[in-house]
Amino acid sequence: MKELLVILMSAMLVDNFVLSKFMGICPFLGVSKKLDSAVGMGAAVTFVMVCATLCTYPIYTLILVPMGLEYMKTIAFILIIALFVQLVEMILKKKIPSLYNALGVFLPLITTNCAVLGVTILNIDSGYTLLQSVVNALGAGLGFTLALVIFSGVRSRVNSSDIPETFKGIPATLIAASIVSVSFMGFSGLFG
Amino acid sequence: MSTYILPMLVFGAIGLAAGVLLTVCSKIFEVKTDERIEAVNEALPQVNCGSCGFSGCADYASAIVINGVPTNMCKPGGVECSKKIAEIMGMEEMAVMPQVAVVLCNGDCKATESKFVFQGVQSCKAANRFYNGSEVCTHGCLGFGDCAKVCPQNAIIVKDGLARIDKSKCIGCGLCTKACPDKLIVLRDIDKKIDVCCSSTEIGKIVRSVCKSGCIGCKMCEKKCEHDAIHVENNLARIDYSKCTACGACADACPTKAIRKCDMLYV
Repeated sequence: MKELLVILMSAMLVDNFVLSKFMGICPFLGVSKKLDSAVGMGAAVTFVMVCATLCTYPIYTLILVPMGLEYMKTIAFILIIALFVQLVEMILKKKIPSLYNALGVFLPLITTNCAVLGVTILNIDSGYTLLQSVVNALGAGLGFTLALVIFSGVRSRVNSSDIPETFKGIPATLIAASIVSVSFMGFSGLFG
Repeated sequence: MSTYILPMLVFGAIGLAAGVLLTVCSKIFEVKTDERIEAVNEALPQVNCGSCGFSGCADYASAIVINGVPTNMCKPGGVECSKKIAEIMGMEEMAVMPQVAVVLCNGDCKATESKFVFQGVQSCKAANRFYNGSEVCTHGCLGFGDCAKVCPQNAIIVKDGLARIDKSKCIGCGLCTKACPDKLIVLRDIDKKIDVCCSSTEIGKIVRSVCKSGCIGCKMCEKKCEHDAIHVENNLARIDYSKCTACGACADACPTKAIRKCDMLYV
């Protein structure tokens, strides 16, 4: 139990996918303008991460490894991820159309979000069991959401402040992102 | 052989399973959309110029159907388009006057000179930042064709250092009016064929010294106009298009030929 908690917390904070591993920067910068869409995006990515891990782990251990097709894992995982992104898209379009519109192009882009592919591949590479993998995926998803939520707050504060003309827009956002990232470095060594 | 066949079979099976799953789910989570949105979208000209204020034709179409936005906002589509959409929506047709863009400058290479040769980034925006451009006249067309670059219809060409608009191709979307750093391009109704092709608010003497065909504010046009439609303000003649009948008296009277009767072609 303690081990699972360590995996969850370290995926969330210490090895935060966005701020420590620099994966999934595209939606991190693209969807963090508003808090609502940031939470929605985080939830969608978490869902895709957990479901994809649930599927990719058995596919890898039960199909790819016995057949000696380990080298095909990237393609297989992308296929599974694409499947779940399509599912999420359909569900959102039906149930929460406002969120569907707010996420826009970033929703199908989860397919190519390297954080999702990253978590599934890292699960395999770290030799986790299925349960550990799912916990790791959940932690990664929650960490992604956390980063998005924190950064949407930072961003709304940056937008309302008086910044030099040259730094308005993307430059100020990137600088703010790097500072938030530095703050997450403080978690390193937490679980020694 | 199994090196090639096996992966293909495995991935075929995974793909098939995913496909079946998605098909089933798409039936379960099917969303009914209003078929009028599609119909209105087809009636729109699909140039996605954004002059209606929406992000594209599809966006405008759904705004018409869902939010009841007026049907006459599409400038490229004009009367015909508005009519079609009104038919689909079962509403009364709304009047539209097609508009065209005109360049309010007459200073080509023959009429005006350069102060220096600009070798920076070859765009009007960049040139304008550098001492208001290389032209002697600070209100003149810079001729790098920022307007031509944004034109979705390729209706603008730059000839002799002056942007010229083909009125028969122009759809009146107004993208060029935003692209011009000097705001030399304006939109007007297509049937008001008289333009003051100068934007200089300098006094006559200065205008005359920098450009042969600028408005010098002599007020000849004001005297000749029978409809009280043209007036000189800030040393520049301005036409009140609500009164103008496009008779052309002012154009004939203009000593520098800054006022012009514009036909459809490149002028």
